[in-house]
Amino acid sequence: MRIVYDLGKYMLFMRNMFSKPERFSVYVRRTLDEMNSIGVGSLPIVAIISFFVGAVTTVQTAYQLVSSLIAPSVIGTVVSDSTFLELAPTITCLVLAGKVGSHIASEIGTMKVSEQVDALEVMGINSIGYLALPKIVAGLIMIPVLIIMANFLSISGGIIAGKYSGILTPTEFIIGARDTFKAYTVFISMTKAVTFAFLITSISSFEGYYTSGGALEVGESSTRAVVRSCVAILVFDFLIAKVLL
Amino acid sequence: MIELQKVNKSFGEKQVLFDVDAVFYKGKTNLVIGASGGGKSVMLKCMVGLVTPESGKILYDNRDFLQLDYQEVRAIRREIGMLFQGTALFDSLNVEDNVGFPLRMFSPMSEEERRERVNFCLKRVNLENSNKKYPSELSGGMKKRVGIARAIALDIKYLFCDEPNSGLDPITSRVIDDLLHDITHEFNITTIINSHDMKTVYDIGENIVFMHQGRAFWEGSKDEVAAARKELPELDHFIHASFIE
Repeated sequence: MRIVYDLGKYMLFMRNMFSKPERFSVYVRRTLDEMNSIGVGSLPIVAIISFFVGAVTTVQTAYQLVSSLIAPSVIGTVVSDSTFLELAPTITCLVLAGKVGSHIASEIGTMKVSEQVDALEVMGINSIGYLALPKIVAGLIMIPVLIIMANFLSISGGIIAGKYSGILTPTEFIIGARDTFKAYTVFISMTKAVTFAFLITSISSFEGYYTSGGALEVGESSTRAVVRSCVAILVFDFLIAKVLL
Repeated sequence: MIELQKVNKSFGEKQVLFDVDAVFYKGKTNLVIGASGGGKSVMLKCMVGLVTPESGKILYDNRDFLQLDYQEVRAIRREIGMLFQGTALFDSLNVEDNVGFPLRMFSPMSEEERRERVNFCLKRVNLENSNKKYPSELSGGMKKRVGIARAIALDIKYLFCDEPNSGLDPITSRVIDDLLHDITHEFNITTIINSHDMKTVYDIGENIVFMHQGRAFWEGSKDEVAAARKELPELDHFIHASFIE
């Protein structure tokens, strides 16, 4: 029953978010700030993770495809398809659920317990819209950009790891990646990116907004935001794969 | 003028307000006094719409706050300023931006006009040359003064203060009390102050409502307190305990 109650509360939260902005320019400025925080702030961690995920996938795929009957370029095919379909969007978003999600939940949660959200309401500002909408819009713009970058860096990591560990040459890797390349996999990658971006930012905002108590509860909300975002990402990962593939 | 008629509020099975009737006058410092748990804060939250009572009327100059639609409530809220117990200043904004926040959201002022208004409000609360400081860099008394400056930034009609002296030393408390009293008369607004400090009552109280166990137990001026405490043991006990404290 608890999950049904929370789902209903989440739906109402989403509905209440959309009302006419009090001052559009303020919302635009807040969205730009959030884009900087979510996008630029997450750049290093996304770059490191995606590069090494690509590198490790190349090495492990080579380990599993030990046969003279299999051309080395197949490794490029496997790594690039895995990157587009799963590794870049899902792994990156699971990491972002931890970094961005906990940040959003703790920021809004702290505002909630220190009466800053009440102050917004008393001023006549739609606090849900003011706090959550810029974060969600910023996430919907910046997380797909991060995923595009993660796709590129993951394949780059695969090429470099392949070359320096003597598994395959960059040319073989690129031939393999291009041989079976379908633009549809990029579409799926972007569909996942947009969906996961929405889930991370909205769930984390929701968890932060309904924090009550003190510092301990802010920590609990933050943890809950990460856990629920991760679970939602995995569930929607499966659903998107099932529907689109 | 704000008038409460038969206001009731419960949280679950626990009723915290019982048929509360009270009148708060324009151009006066109206004090709501009483022990902790007596219903003062809940009543204040009902009045500003942070908590919705089950029944009763809350009349803002004959406009029934509980019968208005969402947009009308937001319009009334723009006539309200509130000083929170913990000040509720926005951590991410400096003093200037905190005070200018309601102006940025609701007034058509230019940047220059807004800066002038902010400086006027800060000067009014005797807090000049702190424009660029952040809330974490301010003392408790300074935070309260910034909170008051933010509350009066727009041309408000009603000022609510929840325990404005909590956590302050006696000298700073007196400064804040005098400031609230002066602002009330200068701007001719309806000021409602929640307090359990009898010194505030004797210093600036012009209309006093004594809350006891969720009921508006007594209402009168500070000159009538002495006579009333002889007849009401609850009021006498509260005043006695306040001075011991």
